[in-house]
Amino acid sequence: MKPGTITLEVNGRLRSATAEPRLTLLDFLRYALHLTGTHMGCEHGVCGACTVMFDGSAVRSCLMYAFQAQGHQVTTVEGLCDGDGTPGRIQEAFQEAHGLQCGYCTPGMLISAFALLQSTPDPSDDEIREALGGNLCRCTGYAQIIDAVRLAAVSLKGAGG
Amino acid sequence: MKAAPFEYLVADAIDDVTTGLADFGDEATIIAGGQTLVPLMAMRLARPALLIDVNGIPELQGIDQAAGGVRIKACTRQSDALASPIIAQRVPLLAKALPYVGHAQTRNRGTVGGSIALGDPAAEIPLVATALDARITLQKLASTREIPIRGFYEGPMMTSIEPDECITEILFPPWQEEGRRGTGFQEVSLRHGDFAIVAAAAQVIMGEDGVCRRAAVALGGVAGFPFCLTAAEDALTGTVIDDPAVAAAGAAVDGAVDPQNDLHASAGYRRRVAKVLVERVIREAAQEAAGGAPGDHP
Repeated sequence: MKPGTITLEVNGRLRSATAEPRLTLLDFLRYALHLTGTHMGCEHGVCGACTVMFDGSAVRSCLMYAFQAQGHQVTTVEGLCDGDGTPGRIQEAFQEAHGLQCGYCTPGMLISAFALLQSTPDPSDDEIREALGGNLCRCTGYAQIIDAVRLAAVSLKGAGG
Repeated sequence: MKAAPFEYLVADAIDDVTTGLADFGDEATIIAGGQTLVPLMAMRLARPALLIDVNGIPELQGIDQAAGGVRIKACTRQSDALASPIIAQRVPLLAKALPYVGHAQTRNRGTVGGSIALGDPAAEIPLVATALDARITLQKLASTREIPIRGFYEGPMMTSIEPDECITEILFPPWQEEGRRGTGFQEVSLRHGDFAIVAAAAQVIMGEDGVCRRAAVALGGVAGFPFCLTAAEDALTGTVIDDPAVAAAGAAVDGAVDPQNDLHASAGYRRRVAKVLVERVIREAAQEAAGGAPGDHP
């Protein structure tokens, strides 16, 4: 099938590019829109590195085709920054709490944390563990990631949400 | 790890789906949540010539309750079912099982009908649907049929869906027996969110006299598809669920289960876990019924 034009809202901006139907949303974000913050890990839905917000819910961008995002809203890790690229509060908290080592899983962790804190501004440790349960990290042992999300919750509350 | 090329059709109504399936037959595959299909396509274990996307069909979304029971439209997200007060009140066994289905990120896309249609032997939703005698509505161009889930599965990831049919809804019929309902759900998996090595589900209705009026006990992960342990159900019905009754139900596992060795667990381990989990879900359901609110069951 010939490529078609996909138009969708990414990080608050309307973006368009062409894609074949078999192009995943992940590859579309990285190769067509050059948003390389979203990482490819396993490419079959197990590792969570490619997690993005899709219409307000965290999903795996490797498990969707770009065609399915036509007309929808996507937020990637780039969208968690301020307009000038300054790290947002969740990103700052990960830095502060050493919630990353190699950083490969971090975009997915950040988006999953963002999704959690949107619905649950004051999560318990169990809720944090549950929310990050679909994101694999091979470096940290997770403890500092959980610390980072707890710190982000405090930071966001201090900022009035 | 990239899918083979395919044509892509966005369906706006069920008619678009049934027409596409009638024209393309088994060359076409429906994509709903895609949480199983997309990896299968990436690994080229599936190579459909046409994908029919049903995500934009309003008639395929939602949960409603009627005299006939609770109806879950096929393309309802697993996360929406998990958040549904109707499911929590009327199909609590499903509400108990849904947190075990993948992770939040996959439940946000994955659908109830997709899980039923794919029929993974260890998947939680087919297990609960089997325990509760769910009914599946299948639609094709000229006709619609509603069939019981018993007999729907033919083997691992094999169902009696015809190539030109699509699942439109899953019905959970009410249990009419008077009494208090209790449910139990347990599974053993390598990690939380993985497919179960063994999973068990039970629902009971207990009369005011403490006698079990009706029991459903089902197992997943130990055969090609989930099944009800009718011998265990018979052992429980009409009795007080005490330790000997639980042991009698658990003993039914031995004759009913013939699991296979695979990478994740040996047959012997599966058989042992199946028995333990069956006893646990029966106890869990009986205890919940003993403390639960009367008269509130689907």
